[in-house]
Amino acid sequence: MFGKLSWSAIPLSEPIPLITSIVVLLALFGTLALITVKGWWPYLWQEWITSVDHKRIGVMYCVLGLMMLIRGFSDAILMRTQQAVAINAPGYLPPEHYDQIFSAHGTIMIFFGAMPLIIGVINFVVPLQLGVRDVAFPTFNNVSFWLTASGALLVNVSLFIGEFARTGWLPYPPLSEATYSPGVGVDYYLWAIQISGIGTLITGINFVTTILKMRCPGMTYLRMPMFTWTAFAASLLIVAVFPILTATLAMLSLDRYFGFHFFTNDRGGNAMMFMNLIWAWGHPEVYILVLPAFGIFSEIFSTFSGKPLFGYRSMVAATLFICVVSLMVWLHHFFTMGAGAAVNTAFGISTSVIAVGTGVKVFNWIFTMYGGRVRMSVPMLWSLGFIFTFVIGGMTGVLLAVPPADFLTHNSMFLVAHFHNVIVGGVIFGLFAGLIYWFPKAFGFRLHEGWGKAAFWFAFFGFWVTFAPLYVLGLEGMTRRLQHVNIPEWRPWLLISLFGVALIAISVACQITQLVVSIRDRDKLRDDTGDPWDGRSLEWATPSPAPFFNFAVLPSVEGEDAYWRIKEKAIETQRLGPEPHYEPIDMPLNSPVGFFTAFFASATGFALIWHIWWLAWAGIVGAFIGFVIFAWRDVHEYEVPAEKVAVIDRARRAARQAALARMEARREALDGGVAS
Amino acid sequence: MSDTTYTTSREALRRRQQDPHRVGHTGHPKNEPVPGTGQGASGPATKRIIVGYGFWVFLLSDIVIFSAFFAAYAVLQGQTAGGPGARDIVELPRTAWETGALLLSSFTCGLSFAATNARNKLWTQVFFVVTGLLGLVFLGLELQEFLSLAARGVTPQRSAFLSAFFAVVGLHGLHVTVGLLWLGTMVAQLQVKGFRREIVHRIICFNLFWHALDIVWVGLFSVVYLLGAVR
Amino acid sequence: MSQADDYDHGRDLAPGDEPEESAGHWVRNYLIGLGFASVLTAASFWAVGAQLIWGPAIPVAIIVLAIAQMGVHLVFFLHVTTGPDNTNNVLALAFGLLVVFLLIAGSVWIMGHLNQRMMQPMPMSQMLDMQR
Repeated sequence: MFGKLSWSAIPLSEPIPLITSIVVLLALFGTLALITVKGWWPYLWQEWITSVDHKRIGVMYCVLGLMMLIRGFSDAILMRTQQAVAINAPGYLPPEHYDQIFSAHGTIMIFFGAMPLIIGVINFVVPLQLGVRDVAFPTFNNVSFWLTASGALLVNVSLFIGEFARTGWLPYPPLSEATYSPGVGVDYYLWAIQISGIGTLITGINFVTTILKMRCPGMTYLRMPMFTWTAFAASLLIVAVFPILTATLAMLSLDRYFGFHFFTNDRGGNAMMFMNLIWAWGHPEVYILVLPAFGIFSEIFSTFSGKPLFGYRSMVAATLFICVVSLMVWLHHFFTMGAGAAVNTAFGISTSVIAVGTGVKVFNWIFTMYGGRVRMSVPMLWSLGFIFTFVIGGMTGVLLAVPPADFLTHNSMFLVAHFHNVIVGGVIFGLFAGLIYWFPKAFGFRLHEGWGKAAFWFAFFGFWVTFAPLYVLGLEGMTRRLQHVNIPEWRPWLLISLFGVALIAISVACQITQLVVSIRDRDKLRDDTGDPWDGRSLEWATPSPAPFFNFAVLPSVEGEDAYWRIKEKAIETQRLGPEPHYEPIDMPLNSPVGFFTAFFASATGFALIWHIWWLAWAGIVGAFIGFVIFAWRDVHEYEVPAEKVAVIDRARRAARQAALARMEARREALDGGVAS
Repeated sequence: MSDTTYTTSREALRRRQQDPHRVGHTGHPKNEPVPGTGQGASGPATKRIIVGYGFWVFLLSDIVIFSAFFAAYAVLQGQTAGGPGARDIVELPRTAWETGALLLSSFTCGLSFAATNARNKLWTQVFFVVTGLLGLVFLGLELQEFLSLAARGVTPQRSAFLSAFFAVVGLHGLHVTVGLLWLGTMVAQLQVKGFRREIVHRIICFNLFWHALDIVWVGLFSVVYLLGAVR
Repeated sequence: MSQADDYDHGRDLAPGDEPEESAGHWVRNYLIGLGFASVLTAASFWAVGAQLIWGPAIPVAIIVLAIAQMGVHLVFFLHVTTGPDNTNNVLALAFGLLVVFLLIAGSVWIMGHLNQRMMQPMPMSQMLDMQR
């Protein structure tokens, strides 16, 4: 009836998971109870859970991503502490538990921390920057989000029921085959990633279509903001490589569930084929994460320097160059597998070549600041911290791209330090910069500057104190994923690294404080104009928070930096353009299909993990019926009357006019001061 | 609504005269921006184009899934572990029948699309049913092949080659099955609701899907079956 | 919105779509496609046992015929053209083909290279023979 599931799946004898489970469950039920008591369910259901508004979905993605970042960070604390104490000692985490922790850390950080945050920011920003009202497929956008959430749910359920994979964040066979990992850990991994991977693929398709087919009039390719370009490149890569991940994990599932021999040791299976296929996805995945972060930095550097982005066209070219070349470098993840010099050299060269594109970008950012009026706001701090950190991380990457050097550092702590250097320094710094930059657009008020700066400095130094020792340890020969260490000389470095983690923890606390303080002082931090940073692209043409239809009338674009031109003209003529003729707007209806799909997907995934076959079939049939019911619906859109559009947009125009008047008064006062 | 009420654009007329079968590029007037092709002068595209294009991109990702399985097949095809090789399991007559059924179904699927564009419900449905039946014939033949192989003890558990063989052929069969489910649902919808805009969009997508499956089958019968028989 | 508004006249096309044409045009097009495809399919099935072709060239012939047939399907069934209203469709297709090519060719090259350098798995009896 319940397959492999029994009471022994609950970790009653292991205190750490058990206590964590109880705490998390209490928090979860507490939140649910609070929502029920306060009567927030109808609001949540109508405005968020079933919402097809790209801004709402973007925010939900970001909330999910931030929660998972914290989960992943707590795993990191456990690992650093364990290694610091387990020197010629067992430490406090037994190997089978420690192995699950490092596997869960990688899986959660990449798939459920970084990816949802990146996709959340793309969701929120791209339609606004393109000057349109929504994405190409709003309902599928909601489905994507809930499938990602469903995958995250499964990974976290593994903490309470059963176990997680002990194979590392990529389940390399033969270890991950049924022979050597007979438990449910790898199955949790497989189905969580498959379900969320489908969600990610739909997002990729959605944004390729949105960016190519839905742009406001006049928004030609070479007028699109840089972030939209990088979002496009990332979406293309999602469409190109997530299917490879799906296929590879499907092959591993066939091995595990039906005794196929794709990657087994016997009967001709080839484990190296798994490495080959998974990295054909895995390397582009890195660029899926980092390209949008590059886009965020490009927006921030030009906004906070008060200048157009330097070398915009070379930036577009570099982005597309990276997008294509990232598909040709995957072998550098397994130089040591034993291929010959020809193969290793070819991939070593292509890996080094890809750094050229990134180099172009770094110089462009520096030249953007050159001669500009640089404002040191929090997003700009994160961006500068990024340049410093990422350049060093990138250079250690070029070192690893040289096959003979890689043979020495492969799978060492040097590698661990390198990829944290580029992913934390590139992606995570970029995301924090972006979240702070676009926060006012989402919620109508800015975040507190002081706490933001504190968070940055603690994160920046915390990062270096944590990971610089790992470079040293790697060069001294420490391999990754060690549950305990036998060399006492490494103790100081491991302790320094642990101290760095403490600094990062302070940074996390600062971030949370920043959020709380900003919500408390929201009236002081209110953004009345909709343009808090003196921005350049179209999202700043909307009020903050942006209305559900984004633009009352689709803007017409005449050049790069679309909003900057509109603003210049308004400042010059001291008035806004003539009031447009408002027309009724068709908006897509909300839909619960995403939530129900994810419900059935979670049920099916859980059933497949525990071999509860009847439930798996029930989930699949339920999902199919759900889709047919959804497809049968006749009304897809509702009309917003022109009067309602006019009321909302006139308020925006009034705020803009007032801002213009304030600006003029300030200038006159300034001129008067100079004259006297 | 019949097709005669369409206002055929001058551009389309010109193109039809210059290139009746639309097989090649006849060029467009120079120095004239062509709106809607990415120059971005015309604003968002119509829903028909957005839906069709989105599905096109999905199909490309689906082809990438197939290509991963093809890659696995190409790498593992020699790993028979002493069991039967491609030569021993391929039966070309059956493959020929399968190919014929799928090719014809692709053709009738196209005809139903033509009938859809003429807003002729009867012929659309007739050709859909024929497409579905031919798809069923294909699936039946494939099932028979798998069962007869299994009866001889030739199963995916036997060797890496057989794993890859059954996976790549079975994946295509699974797609055909899903396509048939989709087709059945759509026939019912069309019957009840007629040519609503959303349903026409779905028909466009189904048409793309079915033709793409046939293209994948061309790769399959050539690489797996024909080359298997040669080696 | 009326049905006709769904077209973007002469500017952009959904994949697989054509500007509005008479049903006769569509049917003619599909018939031509079916004809070409049948001939190519028949040719590749014939090539397997063909005595007329030099043996080692048979696989090449089959691959070439398969590629040709895919082209026929794209042009006559999926109505892919090189016209300006198809730019995005063709570019997406080209990108997809690039990925497919990189994945298959890359895997075959990498794994082939690896197999050459690694000892092939061999039956135990042979290994014992070698030790003797």
